Amino acid sequence: MNFQAVRAIYFFEMARFFRTLLQSFVSPVISTSLYFVVFGTAIGSRIQEVDGISYGAFIVPGLIMLSVMTQATSNASFGIYFPKFIGTIYELLSAPVNYFEILLGYVGAAATKALFIGLVILATAAIFVDLKIIHPIAMILFLVLTCISFSLLGFILGIWARNFEQLQLVPLLVVTPLVFLGGSFYSVSMLPPIWQKITLFNPVVYLVSGFRWSFFGNADVPIFVSLLAISSFTVACIIIVAWIFNTGWRIKQ
Amino acid sequence: MLLQVNELRKTYATGFEAVKGISLQVNKGEIVALLGPNGAGKTTLISTICGITNPSSGSVFIDGYEISKNFRDARKLIGLVPQDITLEPFEKVLNTINFSRGLFGKKKDDALTEKVLTKLSLWDKRDSRIMELSGGMKRRVLIAKALIHEPRLLFLDEPTASVDVELRQSMWDVVADLKKDGVTIILTTHYIEEAEAIADRVGIINKGELLLIEEKASLMQKFGQKILKVELQKKLKQLPKELSEKNVKLSDDGLSITYIYDTKQKKTGITKLLSNLSNSGINLRDIQTDQSSLEEIFVNLVREKVE
Repeated sequence: MNFQAVRAIYFFEMARFFRTLLQSFVSPVISTSLYFVVFGTAIGSRIQEVDGISYGAFIVPGLIMLSVMTQATSNASFGIYFPKFIGTIYELLSAPVNYFEILLGYVGAAATKALFIGLVILATAAIFVDLKIIHPIAMILFLVLTCISFSLLGFILGIWARNFEQLQLVPLLVVTPLVFLGGSFYSVSMLPPIWQKITLFNPVVYLVSGFRWSFFGNADVPIFVSLLAISSFTVACIIIVAWIFNTGWRIKQ
Repeated sequence: MLLQVNELRKTYATGFEAVKGISLQVNKGEIVALLGPNGAGKTTLISTICGITNPSSGSVFIDGYEISKNFRDARKLIGLVPQDITLEPFEKVLNTINFSRGLFGKKKDDALTEKVLTKLSLWDKRDSRIMELSGGMKRRVLIAKALIHEPRLLFLDEPTASVDVELRQSMWDVVADLKKDGVTIILTTHYIEEAEAIADRVGIINKGELLLIEEKASLMQKFGQKILKVELQKKLKQLPKELSEKNVKLSDDGLSITYIYDTKQKKTGITKLLSNLSNSGINLRDIQTDQSSLEEIFVNLVREKVE
């Protein structure tokens, strides 16, 4: 195992994050605050309570998930796409590193950034609403697993993408709609019966529900189903990554 | 032997066969220049050896390590300077160099970093961002990145393409220094004078085939045409009959005769020419011979293969 190489990739990627620290830090704070002003205060004052929780607090897990998923996906996809785009990937391919080490470096860095942003949003949210976290360990577990699995997804996208347009396509057209329709800002029980069924095909529902359970103790779907969902998603991503690396798909000619 | 390439072939997904069964051996401490026109397969050959593209068939060993089975041991020995300038524009010189060393599993070594950067006249620029550097400096950053993990075998893919004359000279000096340190160097180029100036052996690649690889001197001797120039005491209006051959020419001022001959031939025809000159009663002032350059050799060789 070439730990030095993992370290080198990890810190090289993190340096990109720290170079834009202000942007990395300020943008989630501002967008979270905006969500609270619009959804929490303006709209939330009319909704009052969902499942016995104030609407402002209810949307916190969904807000965190929204940012963490999109950030993890776009960070990881950009991280591996950029060397492909400018050609510096030659260095990775000709270095004594195996694919697992490359993956560890890139996905580790992207997941760290997403986790950082998730925690910043949590801290910002705590300013606006009273937050209690009933299952803190489960909360961290869900958060970390989401960071890792969506970074893996982003890594796959970054390898798949042939141009910047494709790079933006999936986060914009797939991840964001799925998160918005995944119960981030509402409870599944608030939907009409037919949509309650349809929404169960959205994998994000299980993640948001499980994450919300770790905060408030109630969920749209059983907690073990949520855990199963996030674990299978992670495993599926790992299998795809393994296939990509074994075939050299879109990396090596 | 440091590098051994056996019957290496590479066919791209498009069906294009870029490397057609190249075999090559390179000894420790040698400088080998691979010469060939654009699209000859030089870069594909290097990329395949370095692990950037997968070979279609054949094998490559570096210091006895097979490049895919023992990729870690093999690649640790290799440094690669790619043809295109591929660097992260927003990174600082020092960071990108430390990154390269890290990738090769080595801890940062400040003394070595200073040594390498100083040698490449980059030490003053260590804290500059890549995008602030000139083209020549960027190329030297690429060399620094390849040298920072102390490779034993360095690939320089067209190191002086689109580089000005002064920088080209300084690049050659760097290569000479590396050779002194015992680094084996394989460089590709389409500038014949480059191969002529720095290589020990020269390989000629065209259309995916290694046409030949020889000691530079013997290559020039083997394929070299020589020109014999005879300066005359007195002006000559026209060549005497005995001297009218297609390879013999009288200069416009009538003061010299040139004779082109092939050193490969058993009989060069020099004795005959000189005796004919003396029989014709022509007095000589001076005689000189010129070796043809690699450029002429190359043109002849490629033409020969086509014919």
